[in-house]
Amino acid sequence: MVQSLNRLRESPSQTAGPYVHIGLTPNFCGIAGVFEKDLGTEMVNDKTKGERITVRARVLDGTGTPLKDALIEIWQADAAGLYNSPTEIRGAADPNFTGWGRMPTDMVSGECLFETIKPGRVPYKPGLLMAPHITFWIVARGINLGLQTRMYFADEEQANAEDPVLARIEHRSRVPTLIASRQDDVYVFDIHLQGDNETVFFDV
Amino acid sequence: MSIDPKPNRQPEIGAFFQRDRSWHPPAYTPGYKTSVLRSPQKALLSLDTTISEITGPVFGHGMLGELDNDLIHNFAQPGESAIGERIIVYGRVLDERGKGVPGALLEFWQANAGGRYRHKKEGYIAALDPNFGGCGRTITGEDGSYAFRTIKPGPYPWPNGVNDWRPAHIHFSVFGHGFAQRLITQMYFEGDPLIWLCPIVRTIPDRAAVETLIAALDMQSTIPMDARAYKFDIVLRGRRSSVFENRLEGN
Repeated sequence: MVQSLNRLRESPSQTAGPYVHIGLTPNFCGIAGVFEKDLGTEMVNDKTKGERITVRARVLDGTGTPLKDALIEIWQADAAGLYNSPTEIRGAADPNFTGWGRMPTDMVSGECLFETIKPGRVPYKPGLLMAPHITFWIVARGINLGLQTRMYFADEEQANAEDPVLARIEHRSRVPTLIASRQDDVYVFDIHLQGDNETVFFDV
Repeated sequence: MSIDPKPNRQPEIGAFFQRDRSWHPPAYTPGYKTSVLRSPQKALLSLDTTISEITGPVFGHGMLGELDNDLIHNFAQPGESAIGERIIVYGRVLDERGKGVPGALLEFWQANAGGRYRHKKEGYIAALDPNFGGCGRTITGEDGSYAFRTIKPGPYPWPNGVNDWRPAHIHFSVFGHGFAQRLITQMYFEGDPLIWLCPIVRTIPDRAAVETLIAALDMQSTIPMDARAYKFDIVLRGRRSSVFENRLEGN
């Protein structure tokens, strides 16, 4: 026998189910008066530093149909590349930017919109920067464990080309699944759960 | 979102333990039909957590309302309360090292005592309770502990197989200290025979893993003539000590 590591095991995940809105966006699904407003709907205010952008996201199933009951959370750095988190020890992030957003996909169109700012670059390891990116976490009925991926920006070609995480993707034809195209001030990001264009999901 | 830093507590900044994906349900679980077209089929990109996942949002106790942790009353008319078996759910949020996780936001949602959700997509014939909304939230204390009041949810039928029923359950959404710890799961109740019949429970391959989601009846914590208590601990990913890591200061 050897000494025990005395570790616990992570609680196993279960699907968020079709009624995730009741818990996470109750005002969106008509349960008013319990919480003043749904968390994560306002990432910016009029003092937030950085370039204002809109991210339009959809999640598509194996038939190409957008999910109308998904919930997406995003997490990103501020314009200077700092996270608004106690774990951020490199400096103080913009106090007028939460960095965290949560939106349900629309029950008719399957789209959701995040009003945010373009993030700055953050380090991968000392001296090595990642390209600007937004972390995505996706839950829904039929998804047993929340899916994690990233959105990069099509107009950051140089930074994307030297990004150490994108460089890890073996099949280069899959890199574009993580890159949102720009249409005016809107970045369009479609997340494909299956198929030829299946998004690269992360085990991180 | 209000940030409530604890200046007297040094934040931990180490990377998170690798997630044991064999302990979680796989993405493709045909017994749970909706997963068939919603399950990624290609290999995941595995990498050690970066600063983008080590960091995460933190929520302050100041955002909580007085009744946020009382589902019996937070949607009820003044002087009224939700119908059903009154219970207290309590426990701790820990990480894989056994450390309590303070300041963790817990959000929970559930059906009413008859097994009916307050949602427009819900089609079950059981009655709505006008005094029950079905959502609540709380933030863990310094030792990771939490508690809330609610009524015991009912089981309900759902369209999957011809005659599939969900065991009574409460959904939990958990934020730890890093976005890599983000987790949604469900709590079941000791003694419920429907647990082992449920296609969603059975997406979890290991019976021992399922057992960690079954809350124990705790008669010692039960309040006489008021509410029975169920204990439910939640474990989030642990993290390495940052002593030996390359620090990201000065970039």
